[in-house]
Amino acid sequence: MHQSIDTAIGLNLLHANQAGADHNRAHFDEWGITCLNLMSSPGAGKTVLLEKTLAALQSELKMAVIEGDMTTELDADRLRQYGSPVIAINTGRSCHLDAKMVAGGIHRLQEDYNPKEFDLVLVENVGNLVCPAEFEVGEHSKVALLSVTEGEDKPLKYPVMFQEADCLLITKTDLIPHLDIDLEKLAANVRSMNPHVTIIPVSAKTGEGLDTWFSWVKSQVKVPMIVSI
Amino acid sequence: MHETDMTKALIMTIQDWFDQQVEKPQITKIHLLVGQFTCVEPVSLQFAFEVQTKQTFLNGAELVIKDVPLVAYCHTCQTEYSPEIGLQYSCPTCRSPMDDIRSGRELKIDRIEHHQCTPA
Repeated sequence: MHQSIDTAIGLNLLHANQAGADHNRAHFDEWGITCLNLMSSPGAGKTVLLEKTLAALQSELKMAVIEGDMTTELDADRLRQYGSPVIAINTGRSCHLDAKMVAGGIHRLQEDYNPKEFDLVLVENVGNLVCPAEFEVGEHSKVALLSVTEGEDKPLKYPVMFQEADCLLITKTDLIPHLDIDLEKLAANVRSMNPHVTIIPVSAKTGEGLDTWFSWVKSQVKVPMIVSI
Repeated sequence: MHETDMTKALIMTIQDWFDQQVEKPQITKIHLLVGQFTCVEPVSLQFAFEVQTKQTFLNGAELVIKDVPLVAYCHTCQTEYSPEIGLQYSCPTCRSPMDDIRSGRELKIDRIEHHQCTPA
């Protein structure tokens, strides 16, 4: 005999990913690591921002990068010259990092290093304005990048990522003289859906705004735990 | 493309539920609530689901998707409003930013309909 049953589930569709993200975050918390998830469309300048960040903060913070890319290790190779561990994750067909992929990265960090020595893990997500916004990886904060060439209406068209971001970097500000972009309008568009976001205009080329970004990064890093001897 | 991954995530979540069942049920329908303020396109999700569940424990199961509109609450006007996705998110009356989303972010498995073999 068959009996038809209707069972209420009430679970998030991404429940399994969310559980994985929480697990990753618990590891980071245990080791005193802050994790930032960097997201943007392709070419907004995530990798060059990481280059500048690794170079500027390496004397103050022990950092590692988890680098998501669809097929190559080109970005990872660029970042390795700064001396911090760079764990490359080829996402294959997938257009975003998910919690499981980042867990793989965490395990490699754990195998090759003592994770307790690290202060900051920077996750460079796959360049894409849509999917990474829905898949948490265990980050403490989300950082979105939007380059000035992308136009001030992008946040309206791809709202979820901009609504979720804790910090928005408006990149390539050195190009503003050549464009018609209205920075105030861009900021207003983002704030219309995310009034609490920190907005920092930066140029990796001229260095404009980078100090403000570095200060924001440092403000996110956990106060080191005092270990009793 | 990311609906493929969403579907994988959905199947993983249902697999977890399925594995916990002592008597393995035959799942006939999965009811989803998909908010309009998400990155999920219901048509693509349907397609990916159909393709990915062939020859699995979900073979033949139907995916029923209910759209959930975006509703925000304006604390200044003390009223709910429907932001226009892609155009305007702030309150149409006082222009306060969208700060309190009441619905539209759902990506939820609401219910599962299934047959259970009952002892004769």
